[in-house]
Amino acid sequence: MSDVTKKTGLVAASDHRPAAPTRRQALKTLAAGAGAAATMPLWARYASAQSAEPIRIGFGKHATGIGAAYGRWYDRVSQAAVAKINGDGGINGRMVELVTEDDGTDPRRAAELLEKFANQSNCDIAYGTLFSHVVIGAAPRAGELKLPYFVVSEGHHVASGMLNRWTVQPGITDVKSQVAAMAPFITDMLGKKVTMIFPDYGFGYDHRDNLTPAIEAMGGEVVGKIAIPPTETSFTKYFPQIPRDTEVIYHVMVGPAVLTFVKELGEFFGPSRPEIFGFIDSLEAVDINSPGLEFLEGTYFWEGMPRYLQPDAPDYVKAYRDAVGLDANGASTSDPSDVSTAAHMFGCWETLHVIKAGMEAAGYQSKDDRQALIEAVEAMTEMPAGPAHPQGAKIFNGKTHQVFGPQYISKVEGGKLSLVHTASAEETLYPDEVDYTTMDF
Amino acid sequence: MSRRDWSLHLGLVALLFALNWILPAYHHGVVARVMVLAVFAMGYNVAFGYTGLLSLGHAMYFAAGMYGTGLVALHLEAGAIPAWFAGLGAGLLLALVTGLLALRTAGVSFMIVTLMFAQAFYLGILYFGDITHGDDGFVVPNAARRVAEVALSDAGPRYLIGWALFSVTMIGTLWLVRAPFGRVLVAIRENEDRARLLGYDTGRRKLGALVISGGISAGAGAAYALLFGYVGASFAGVQYSIFALLWVLLGGAGTVIGPLVGTLFMYYLVDLSTEVTDAYMLIAGIVLILLTLFMPRGITGALRQVWRDLP
Repeated sequence: MSDVTKKTGLVAASDHRPAAPTRRQALKTLAAGAGAAATMPLWARYASAQSAEPIRIGFGKHATGIGAAYGRWYDRVSQAAVAKINGDGGINGRMVELVTEDDGTDPRRAAELLEKFANQSNCDIAYGTLFSHVVIGAAPRAGELKLPYFVVSEGHHVASGMLNRWTVQPGITDVKSQVAAMAPFITDMLGKKVTMIFPDYGFGYDHRDNLTPAIEAMGGEVVGKIAIPPTETSFTKYFPQIPRDTEVIYHVMVGPAVLTFVKELGEFFGPSRPEIFGFIDSLEAVDINSPGLEFLEGTYFWEGMPRYLQPDAPDYVKAYRDAVGLDANGASTSDPSDVSTAAHMFGCWETLHVIKAGMEAAGYQSKDDRQALIEAVEAMTEMPAGPAHPQGAKIFNGKTHQVFGPQYISKVEGGKLSLVHTASAEETLYPDEVDYTTMDF
Repeated sequence: MSRRDWSLHLGLVALLFALNWILPAYHHGVVARVMVLAVFAMGYNVAFGYTGLLSLGHAMYFAAGMYGTGLVALHLEAGAIPAWFAGLGAGLLLALVTGLLALRTAGVSFMIVTLMFAQAFYLGILYFGDITHGDDGFVVPNAARRVAEVALSDAGPRYLIGWALFSVTMIGTLWLVRAPFGRVLVAIRENEDRARLLGYDTGRRKLGALVISGGISAGAGAAYALLFGYVGASFAGVQYSIFALLWVLLGGAGTVIGPLVGTLFMYYLVDLSTEVTDAYMLIAGIVLILLTLFMPRGITGALRQVWRDLP
């Protein structure tokens, strides 16, 4: 048991996985967490006495390149989270400062930024980035620099074991768990015979490879798999490949051509169409009422977190949206045409709160405590829904460095996305593929 | 070659060697990376700067070296040295094959054909995603990033290997452009018809230049994979072909030290601009326009006005 575990009383995640925690274990962990939190003011006073310097978090932002739309909102949410944390007294009595630099959505630049954060900008840790190739390109440098690297990527690369002990993803679920959790809804509510339409590269393959076994496990069948080259601008020629007995079309097209894709799909089927299920990644930062998207009425989408304010939203969700500057439609309160990336950006808010909790649990004082910070995060298990976790209650797996949480399915009704189903975090678990805690630092 | 030429180039090699013990950590890492990328630019310079072959496909050779090394390390569990040679071999072979086809054209057509080859190579990486890990790329196993007991991921060895690769390439390029073969390349660049009229087989020499150029670029890509631990499709994208062109143009096409100067200049221009404003690309763009207007032959090209026989 690590020093951090002894100090906080938190039970290491490795004692629980892969089985889901019981209620007793959850209560035990919560009680331990509350006990640890009770000691906080002491640490905070001690920390203040040690250093009044701010904790510097290096933030690799997709300000340019293909991830720019995400980067803009990741930045806003990160700034809002830091303002909230600082408003609540900071971390261990120290203010938090974001050191933001553009990574150009480029893996080489992202790796260079980690070097800059560690050796030039005097950052305590690194954080950010969404696109998988950027994270995979930068993570080896995090390991070599022994720099905690908190990613908000949703890629499966963390939990797959590809990366290293210094890279964690505690604020957003991964695509493998997201896809697997959709299968029961699709087969039970929409139909058993599914045709997939996906981009012909890594992102699409993640869906192809994870959905197919999940559908089959639920007694369904993937009757068609249509891969579309990423350079394609017209899709009409692909639609005749959709098998006639298809009951559900599952689509994950992304990029600027998605509007054309939806329009041409609508023209192909006319008034009689199968059920349609998609991932909102296709339409992040895109107004659902954009011309050409009328065909989406009545179709379903996965959402990491509902874009539209739901009628029964708890107060902590409203507080999160207010802090970030989201109106009821999921657009900026200052510009209704500036639609957010709501399904992903909550991960920034939650990751920064996990960093705060980890630093407090580790009694983080200086860069010498970076290893203790990673150990503290690895020791986390339950993350109750609330102001720090507005997306919902989560389970963190310290072995795989990956968090698991609820997944939302919404239906397009009257030009808005209405929540129709929620899959619990427990439904998204899968067997561990790595144990980072056995690796050297 | 004059004593002054040797003094300049060997002095640069000695300076970079000494910087290993002088530079602060961040700039130590930057210069290590810049030296490897400058090797890529030097490879491009052999084709463009000395032979006049304006290629927009050199990212393909850099990526061939990178993937040749990375895939052999990943799937065959090869060590660092055989993996590096595998990358080098992949680049040389690809340069030979594409050169045989692309050199049937010239000028703008050559540029377009090389661009198309590179785009096909890039899409091939995505298409064979089961082997190449597609657009995500992959992390090179740590076991392949060691030579004997030396970890290539450590700052000191990484710098010194980058320095060694850079030094060998620069001295080799210097020798090449001063050798009869190199002088014929310059003659081809200046007036290919006249070189042919003088009895030189310009086709064979251009092919030789392209293979050498592609091989140097591939050696840089292979080293990048081993030293920095990542192999990804973005390095095969057209922007990396443009980077090589830009670094060479800025530093001074057809000069031996120009690629290093251009790569270093561009790196710090972007790096320092980001600390001033979010609109750092605007600053970079304005500086590039000014440089193009007032130093059309690049930074070391301008130096040639006072050092007329600078190699």
